[in-house]
Amino acid sequence: MAKTNGKEKTSILDDPRMKLVLRALKRFNYQQDALLEVLNTAQEAFGYLPEELLIYIAQELDVPLSKVYGVATFYHLFSFDPLGDHTCIVCTGTACYVKGSEDIVDALEEKYKIEQGQTTPDGKFSVSVARCLGSCGLAPVLVVDGNVVGKATTESTLDRIEALLEEDEVETEPVTA
Amino acid sequence: MPAKKTFDAAALQEMADKEQEKQHKYKTRLFCCASTACLASGSAPVQDTIKQAIKVNKLNKDVQLVPTGCMGLCSHGPMVRVQTEDHHTDILYQEATSETAQQILEAYVLKTEPEEETEPAEEVGALDIPHFRGGVQKRAKKKLEESVLPQDMPFFTRQTKVVLTNAGLVNPENLGDYVASGGYRALANVLETMTPEQVCEEISNSGLRGRGGGGFPTGLKWNLLRKAPGDTKYIVANGDEGDPGAYMDRTIMEADPHRILEGMAIAGYATGARQGFLYVRGEYPIAVQRLEKAIRAATRKGILGESVMGSDFSFEAEIRIGAGAFVCGEETALMYSIEGNRGMPRMRPPYPTQSGLWGHPTLINNVETFANIAPIMEKGAAWFAGTGTEKSKGTKVFALTGDLRNTGLIEVPMGITLREIIEEMGGGMPGKRKFKAAQTGGPSGGCIPASHLDTPIDYESLQALGSIMGSGGLVVMDDKNLMPKVAKFFMEFCVDESCGKCIPCRVGTVKIQRLLEKIIDGQATHADLDQLKHLCEMVKTSSLCGLGQTAPNPVLSTLRYFPDEYESLLIQPEAAAEV
Repeated sequence: MAKTNGKEKTSILDDPRMKLVLRALKRFNYQQDALLEVLNTAQEAFGYLPEELLIYIAQELDVPLSKVYGVATFYHLFSFDPLGDHTCIVCTGTACYVKGSEDIVDALEEKYKIEQGQTTPDGKFSVSVARCLGSCGLAPVLVVDGNVVGKATTESTLDRIEALLEEDEVETEPVTA
Repeated sequence: MPAKKTFDAAALQEMADKEQEKQHKYKTRLFCCASTACLASGSAPVQDTIKQAIKVNKLNKDVQLVPTGCMGLCSHGPMVRVQTEDHHTDILYQEATSETAQQILEAYVLKTEPEEETEPAEEVGALDIPHFRGGVQKRAKKKLEESVLPQDMPFFTRQTKVVLTNAGLVNPENLGDYVASGGYRALANVLETMTPEQVCEEISNSGLRGRGGGGFPTGLKWNLLRKAPGDTKYIVANGDEGDPGAYMDRTIMEADPHRILEGMAIAGYATGARQGFLYVRGEYPIAVQRLEKAIRAATRKGILGESVMGSDFSFEAEIRIGAGAFVCGEETALMYSIEGNRGMPRMRPPYPTQSGLWGHPTLINNVETFANIAPIMEKGAAWFAGTGTEKSKGTKVFALTGDLRNTGLIEVPMGITLREIIEEMGGGMPGKRKFKAAQTGGPSGGCIPASHLDTPIDYESLQALGSIMGSGGLVVMDDKNLMPKVAKFFMEFCVDESCGKCIPCRVGTVKIQRLLEKIIDGQATHADLDQLKHLCEMVKTSSLCGLGQTAPNPVLSTLRYFPDEYESLLIQPEAAAEV
């Protein structure tokens, strides 16, 4: 089983999702050039990159923490804050732009009082944008909780998000980060 | 360990025969598009309905469900194609639902409807274009008939397929399907009968040019790597498709991953590289998953890995996933990213073929370029060069999107005109809207106005128009689009994506964006417009890499073709004097 090399036990390193990160480290034999792959795995496993994890990765790969930060901040897919329970990524690529995706972003920002890239204060919902999700034939395109939704309109998007958030309230599911 | 039976050319043939025989045993084959676009339109429930029916009615010997890659017409998805025994029927259904699937099953498989005499579909032509061939469809409910796509639809008939022959016809997650369609035969043949020099020469003779946008002759690049000194060399397939409005590479990777691997292995043999990397955008999870599966299946068979198909040649392929940086499509930035660094470009020379990954000679081609290799080696350079124009041979895959009736993925011969693509294949603008501009090449390209619609598409003609071929994004805009706003949209993209290494790009793009904002807000004067032009020229000529050098193109091309739209927004001199 995965061990944390005797480092002081902290919540993140004891998290079961760490297994995936450890597997990635092992698969690349702790080579420094695996940094991006390991960060990708960590982002996918945790949904964001906690600081403690970045420090751990820097130690394991034996690269300066400044480099880990440098790489992590360079790429758009990495985030440093946990996302909301529900996420909506609006595509703002050319085809979606031509088909009016900006209106959708504006409407979401207005309704939930957050800017793109932010999460509502209650941690329930995040809005972000992406420069082309590669489904241009269905423009405008969204990714809601990981599912691609095509031919979206402002109305259909607002309804969809509203329904998702309401669903949670009914079920009163425990909130997990 | 017992010696594994070598998987050589004979074994490949045996596998192909077996798979084909298996396919012929099915009375009906139902192809369901399982690409990202069709999955988003609801392809999964369609597949589930068919799967369930096969299970309940114990039809697994008669009916085969084939989840495939993109069939092209994404705006009308999910697509379902029905092929019956001996190709008596070959019909494509659009906008399928579970209900459609049920009706298809009733009409073709369960035969609860009275049967009708059917005539065989037309024989395929010499070009072997595997678009659907129609035929007489069996009587079905009215609703089902409505979702049949006409077989003479220009969207399909005007296509010439070299790269996408398998898209929509093979299961990308099944090696057997690819082999049955003639896959890996080119690789086996190359290994058995050709020298690396001969392979490079064949590619040179074909006239194939880089499909990522640059248009550099592929054979020449391969020869540079072949002649480069050193034992360690690398092959990189660039699948970091960052252009907004383009998804050709995604589709090729999702629809036919083995074809890319075959092209890479042939390139490895021709250049002396034993290791290949596929650099794929993080935004494309399905492509990554299918490529991973393909690499595993091919390696297990002995098609990749140590001693490829029993020869002395070894080739391994690995995937590297990008993390959302447009600039990583630039080859030097891409290499830094594979090495685990920030993806920032560097000066060239040295070119990657001289000093690439970890300092070793490296060949970087776009995934679409690699997808062209197997057909060229299989059918010959002359066959390939028979399509296209004098300087641009073969076909190009375009993502046709924007304000059009039919949007989706098309593969057309080089030299076709924009008018043919937009008006015939795309079906023109919906409603009473009028065509305004076609944008090719994404943020590095330009807007082409109606007056130039009859230009044949090739690398040089598009460049002459102030645009570029690019990777193949083709976004059509109707008359409600204001060109300075379109230019601002692209400039915002470049501001976001500029890596910040060189000043002209980092600062210049921001300055250009602010000037465009000023113009759109009606606050700008003629002096601002002059400064905009000056800045564009400066950024274009002094930036370090392709991103900066081409970033002003959308502004310059809209200034060139739609000057009135800018002029009309300026403060007129007399008004300015009053202020």
